Amino acid sequence: MINEILFMNGYGAYVWSSFIFTLSSFFILYSAIKLQLVKEQKKFDMKFRNLSSEKVELAKKQETYRELLPNTSVSKI
Amino acid sequence: MLNYFNPNNILVIINRLRKFVFALFIIVLLIGLFEALVLSPEDYKQSDSVRIMYVHVPSAWISLGIFSLISILSFGILIFKNKNFSLITKSLAPSGFLFNVIALVTGSIWGRPTWGTWWAWDARITSMLLLAIFYLMFILSWRITDDTDKAIKASSVIAIIGLINVPIVKFSVDWWSTLHQPASVNLLKDTTIHSSMLVPLVIMTAAFALFSLLIFLMKYNTELIKIKNKGLDRL
Repeated sequence: MINEILFMNGYGAYVWSSFIFTLSSFFILYSAIKLQLVKEQKKFDMKFRNLSSEKVELAKKQETYRELLPNTSVSKI
Repeated sequence: MLNYFNPNNILVIINRLRKFVFALFIIVLLIGLFEALVLSPEDYKQSDSVRIMYVHVPSAWISLGIFSLISILSFGILIFKNKNFSLITKSLAPSGFLFNVIALVTGSIWGRPTWGTWWAWDARITSMLLLAIFYLMFILSWRITDDTDKAIKASSVIAIIGLINVPIVKFSVDWWSTLHQPASVNLLKDTTIHSSMLVPLVIMTAAFALFSLLIFLMKYNTELIKIKNKGLDRL
């Protein structure tokens, strides 16, 4: 049974290489996008921490920031 | 209606959806892989090499679907000047391009045992390569210039011109004599593929669509945070 799945009547190399290429591509794209997202979130955290108290209040009043803050570590301060 | 595309509403939805989509993608993918590699039968002509279809065909469908969507939204960008549409198209492009590349590479691997060659300059394959070039130009148009307005215009024009290629890809196997086989799955006509092969094909398509949605949500989230980062600088 395992041999059948591995060798696939002589087509195993073609079938497995196609599936492995597809799944590896998924992994690479997912990792790259995740990395970008984490980087931008960290940048936002850092910038927000360095704001003066006046600017923090100003930022918190803006709707866009209210939506973003609960999803960042800034909300845990 | 356009309020649904308001980044504030979408950001909340994205964060709720992302984990759910990821979990669903893993489950559907595992079922699809089991169906495609173990349960589905071999083809009477192509034997087990037919299993490549379960990654090749969904990739081609999704890359074509995403490009069509990008092109339609690009009309919206140029006509209604809706910048949210440009964020959506920008976030859709990476997964569309990836699926285009997967379709080309797996098609090439499938071509070797069935046609005896890795590559042929026939209408379907060449038009798919052209689609990949349009995707690449679309993605690069965002990187070449720092002027966002210019990038939006350039990428929209590229997507609209690329739309001409979409029906060529779809109907190339009917219009010209090609090595590539005609479509076996039709929404309007009878489907000529057996249900034992159609089921894994549909499941794998669903898994790939979920992956596209996941990448879109993550990329869109990243783009929104980038904008808000710029906004913080202006405070």
